[in-house]
Amino acid sequence: MTALALAAGLFSGLIGAMGLGGGTVLMMYLALFTKTPQLTAQGINLLFFLPIGLLAVTRYAQKQTIRWKTVLPIAAGGLLGAVPGIFSATAFGGGVTAKIFGGFLIVLGIKEIVCKRKKT
Amino acid sequence: MCFGHANKGESMKKRKWMWREIGGGAAIGFINGFLGAGGGMLAVPLLRGTGLSQKEAHANAVAVILPITALSAGIYLWRGQVAFSQAAVYMPAGLAGAWLGTGLMQKISGEWLRRIFGGLMIYAGVRLLLR
Repeated sequence: MTALALAAGLFSGLIGAMGLGGGTVLMMYLALFTKTPQLTAQGINLLFFLPIGLLAVTRYAQKQTIRWKTVLPIAAGGLLGAVPGIFSATAFGGGVTAKIFGGFLIVLGIKEIVCKRKKT
Repeated sequence: MCFGHANKGESMKKRKWMWREIGGGAAIGFINGFLGAGGGMLAVPLLRGTGLSQKEAHANAVAVILPITALSAGIYLWRGQVAFSQAAVYMPAGLAGAWLGTGLMQKISGEWLRRIFGGLMIYAGVRLLLR
């Protein structure tokens, strides 16, 4: 367990708990500093998030920040989408879909920074 | 490219089934299962579209992604693509980070959260394009 691995875990947990996409940090660490195959890295990232997400949601729920009536239908749809998502990952191995999603994220990110909102 | 969200509170009452939430959720689940990450990044704009503030959207995105991640992680485990011990080594540091992050959420402004989020999205997007 190197200091770098600890830092990757710490920052991934911090960013993930804030809903900022913590997976990005751990996946980057795994890709750059370990020889983990892509699908295993994805599995590590998913497992890693479970206690982090649980802790974060518990703390947010204590402050009544969680709107279950909105969260539950989205999560229900998410469960339906997750299964075909995982099976296509092994069938296509990333590739084009990952790039399309990458382009989409860049557009969303630019919007996020450029567009002012009344309610932040 | 900047468009405002119409009066969502009103339209929510009229709809019996929340197709946008379920459909958006399905897209989130698909991406999260496919890439093993990234679903939460999609959840934030969707949640804000339902009338949540920036901070609320981020907190609720974690709640959205948690059950989806649990299912996805279960399938990865079942298919033997990962072992629990491979992830467990990062968990103590991750939990410490999560504690700090949820605390930081009380202090950070929505405006800064939005800027940091935008930057991280662009970064994640570039990484995916170069992968």
